[in-house]
Amino acid sequence: MRENGILRVVARFLIPLIMLFGLYIQFHGEYSPGGGFQAGIVFAAGWILFVLIYGLDAALQVIPERAMYVLMVAGVILYCAVGIAGVVLGGHFLDFYPLLPGKHAAQQFGIITVEFGVGVTVATVVMLIFTLFARRKSEWKAAKVEDDQP
Amino acid sequence: MTITELMPFSVLVPLIASLVCALLPGRFWPWAVTLVATITSAVIAAITLPAAAQVTLSYAFGNWPPPIGIEYRVDAANAFVALLVAGMAAVALPWAKKSVDREVPERQGAFYALFLLALSGLLGITLSGDAFNIFVFLEISSLATYGLIAHGSDRRALLASFRYLIMGTVGATFLLIGIGFLYVMTGTLNLADLAERLPEVRDTSTVRAALAFIIVGMGLKLAMLPLHLWLPNAYTYAPSFVTVFLAGTATKVALYVMLRFVFTVFAPDWSFVVLPLSTVLMILAVAGMFAGSWVAMFQPNIKRMLAYSSVAQVGYMVLGVSLVSIVGLTAAFLHLFNHALMKTALFMAVGTVIYQVGSGHLKDFRGLGRTMPWTLTAFALAGLSIIGVPLTAGFVSKWYLIQAALDQGQWFLVVLILITSLMAIVYIWRVIEAAWFQERPGNQPAAGEAPLALLIPTWVLVALNFYFGIDTRLTVGGATAAAEALLGGGMAP
Repeated sequence: MRENGILRVVARFLIPLIMLFGLYIQFHGEYSPGGGFQAGIVFAAGWILFVLIYGLDAALQVIPERAMYVLMVAGVILYCAVGIAGVVLGGHFLDFYPLLPGKHAAQQFGIITVEFGVGVTVATVVMLIFTLFARRKSEWKAAKVEDDQP
Repeated sequence: MTITELMPFSVLVPLIASLVCALLPGRFWPWAVTLVATITSAVIAAITLPAAAQVTLSYAFGNWPPPIGIEYRVDAANAFVALLVAGMAAVALPWAKKSVDREVPERQGAFYALFLLALSGLLGITLSGDAFNIFVFLEISSLATYGLIAHGSDRRALLASFRYLIMGTVGATFLLIGIGFLYVMTGTLNLADLAERLPEVRDTSTVRAALAFIIVGMGLKLAMLPLHLWLPNAYTYAPSFVTVFLAGTATKVALYVMLRFVFTVFAPDWSFVVLPLSTVLMILAVAGMFAGSWVAMFQPNIKRMLAYSSVAQVGYMVLGVSLVSIVGLTAAFLHLFNHALMKTALFMAVGTVIYQVGSGHLKDFRGLGRTMPWTLTAFALAGLSIIGVPLTAGFVSKWYLIQAALDQGQWFLVVLILITSLMAIVYIWRVIEAAWFQERPGNQPAAGEAPLALLIPTWVLVALNFYFGIDTRLTVGGATAAAEALLGGGMAP
C-alpha cells in the first residue's frame, strides 16, 4: 500500500483534515453535537490511516507506546481532577458551579475540561488497541520465520 | 465534611488510585498504593454504616438534584454490603503481596489497577441509587474481573475468563433490558423514583418481563444454580488473590442488587405475588445447596471444591430470601457476611498451600498437616465455620436460617439444611484426612511452614470467624437493620 502514489497523496492531504475535524468536534462539543468520545475516535481514525499508509514504526516515533499509555491514564486523571476540584471548592463531586464565578462560564469550563480528558483517553485507548493488534501480526510473522528455520 | 459528603469517596478513592497504580512501575509501589486506597475506602464505609442505619443518606453528583441527576442513596442495606466488600478487600491485601509476587510477576501496576477498578465498581453498584449507574458500575467491575481472572498462570485461566465474559455479559445485558423496560414504563432511572412510579403501571406484561429479566440477569452474576457454570473455572484458574477477593465480594454484590430490585423497586407485595418468585427461588436454592455440596465432595482440586461449595452457600442466601420474612432476609444478609468471612479464610489457606507447594490438588495436601500445621489448622477451623459448628460465624447464620424456616412451618427445609451441612463435613474432612492421616509420599517435595506475611492475615480471618460467632452485635444488628430497610421501604425519604 505504501508504494501507491494516489493513496500517499490523498492520505497526506486528508490526515491533517481528519485530525482537525476531530479537534473541532472536541472543542465545540459543549454546545453542539459532539464531545470527547466522538472526537477521540475521529482523531484516532486519522492516526490509524497514517499507520496504514506509512507503517507502524513511523507512527510510533511520533507518539511512542509508553506515551500513549501515560496519556490514556492522564485523560481520566484530568476528569477526576475536575471532579475533585468541585469538592475542594466546596461543592459536590463533578460540581462545576464553584469552579468559576459566572454560572455559565463555570459549566462551560467544567464540561470542556472533562470532555478533553475523555477525548484524550478515548483517542489513546483506540490507538493502543490498534498498536497491540498491529504489532501482534508482525511478532507472529517473526516467530513463524524462526520456526521454519531448523 | 459531613458523612454524606464523605460517603461517595469510598468509591472514588479506589477509582482514582487505580489510575495512579496503572502508571507505577515495580512491585512495591502499586501494592502500597492499593493497600492505602483500600483501607481508606474501608474506613469510610465503616464510618458510613452507623450513620446510614439512622437515616438514609443521599449524595447528588454534580449537584444535579435527583431524580434527574445521579445520586448515591445509602441505607442500612447498602452500607452493610459496602462495608463487607471494602473490609474484605482491606483484609485480603496484606496477604496479597507475596502471593501476587509469585503468581503475577510482571506488570503488577496494571494488575493492581484492575483490582482497584473491580473494587470501586463493586462499591459503586452497592452505593448507587440510580438503575443505569448500577449497570455501568456492574460493567466496570465485571470487565476488570475478567482481566484479573485472565492473569492466572494456568493457560486455562484464559478460557475460564472468556467463559465468564460471555456469561457475565449475558447477565449484564439481561439487567440492562430489564432496566430499559422499567424506563420505558416510568420514564425514570432513579431507584426511589421508580419505586414511587411503578405501582401505577405494574400490572403490565412489560413490567413483569422487566422483573424476570432482572432476576435472571442477576442470577447469572450471583451464580444461582442453573446459571453457575462460569464460577468453578473462574475461581479455580484465577490467581489465588483474585479468588480470595472474588469469593468474598462479587456474588454478594449481585445478591444485593437482586434484593434491591425485588424488595425496594418492585415492592415485595407485588414481586412475590405476580411471579411465583418465592417458589422458584426456594427450589433453585435447595437444588443449589445439594448440587453444589454434592459436586464439591468429589472434586480433586481444592480450589474447585471450594468454588462448588460457594454455589451451595449462595443457595443458603437465596433460601433465606425466598422465605420473604424479616428473619429470612436477616439470615440471608448474615450468611452473605459470614460466608465472605469463611470462604475468604479457606481460600487464603489454600492459596498459602499453593504458595508453598505449588498446587491445590488434594493429593498434594497429603501429610501437610505435620509440615504446615498453622496453615492447615487455619483451614480446618475455617472449615468448621462453613460446616456451621457452634461458636463459629457459620453457626449463627444457619441458626437464623433454620429459625426463619421454622417460623413459616417449613420443617422440611430444616432437614435439608442439616443434610447439606453434613455434606459440608464430608468435603472439609477429605482435606483434613489427607493432611493429617496420610503420609507424604517420598516423591513429593517437602514443604515447610508458610511465611508469616501469609499466615497472619489468614489467622486474622479465622479469628474473625470465631469472633463473629460469639459477638454477633455487628453482624446480627447490621443484618437486621438491612432486612428492615429492604422490607420496610427503606428507600422512602
